[in-house]
Amino acid sequence: MNIRALIAIFIFACFFGSTATNASSTTEAALAADPVAEKRLQHLSEELRCLVCQNQTIADSNAELAQDLRHEIRGMIAAGKTDKEIIDFMVVRYGDFVLYRPPVKGITLLLWGGPVALMLLGLVVLVRYLRRRATRIADDRPLSADETSRADALLKENTQK
Amino acid sequence: MNRYYWILGAFAALVALLAIGLKLDPRDVPSPLVGKPAPAFNLNVLATPDKTFGPKDMQGKVWLLNVWSSWCVSCRAEHPVLVEFGKKVDVPLIGLNYKEVRGDGGFDMSKMSAEEEKKLAFERANAWLNQHGDPYKLTVMDLDGRVGIDYGVYGVPETYVIDKAGVIRMKHTGPITPDILSQKILPLLAELNK
Repeated sequence: MNIRALIAIFIFACFFGSTATNASSTTEAALAADPVAEKRLQHLSEELRCLVCQNQTIADSNAELAQDLRHEIRGMIAAGKTDKEIIDFMVVRYGDFVLYRPPVKGITLLLWGGPVALMLLGLVVLVRYLRRRATRIADDRPLSADETSRADALLKENTQK
Repeated sequence: MNRYYWILGAFAALVALLAIGLKLDPRDVPSPLVGKPAPAFNLNVLATPDKTFGPKDMQGKVWLLNVWSSWCVSCRAEHPVLVEFGKKVDVPLIGLNYKEVRGDGGFDMSKMSAEEEKKLAFERANAWLNQHGDPYKLTVMDLDGRVGIDYGVYGVPETYVIDKAGVIRMKHTGPITPDILSQKILPLLAELNK
């Protein structure tokens, strides 16, 4: 068996393993009867961060807290709460950190503006560099008669040695 | 030559930025509850299960609410600090037992009735306090973690400092170390009790 086949099997195993874990989290969702409510739950929980795993949404995470919060959201949907009320419920308890799309305000200014500011800075640096290079190329005029004779003298000196 | 200083400077700045980033604790999420009234609850007391307790019973007092559970490993690490605190400091410490049975992960909750869960939770919590010492004025039982959600609990142990007006003044996520106790919590308690 060659290495490529081994790698292929490894990759296949990784995919298979990950789909297997996905299946276990969807069984819980399958328990809910109402497909409309379930869709809202899915949508809402994709907007919310699981504070235990931090880089997973409540929809993706299988942590206890994520399960509890999905349960909580389901309860609120059943109670007729709007999406905004449900999101607010989470923010009041866990802060803006729970939102995958944090609101634009003073403290998140760097977060939202940072990438744009960095890109502008990069553009300024690039434009300045290109301008400087353009003038340098423009400076590449032919040698004057004086310079040519000096260069020739230097070259001759070199070959004589 | 000048340009190389620039690049070196930029690199040093990047290293400094990343070093600061590494030092930050990603679990240290600022709680929006600080400065807000402690959410109300009414839960059964561990020692006297027919009685309930809520934050309103502590009105006019500075107190600590400590979230714990017998399955929580960090709580075990934290516990001696709390026991010491209970002996030395005259500030009421209330325990909030968080999901004693269902948080454990070792039980099939679909096969357990509410009564069974309650009985088991009280047994387990009592056994744990008997074994490790009980620094709490009293402990209330949050069996389903619903109160935990109101308090934004996401990593047990967590500790809240609540002032005389019932407002949360500080939240600490994770085990309390002697340093955190002496440098952060005790000074705050002294100030609030002035």
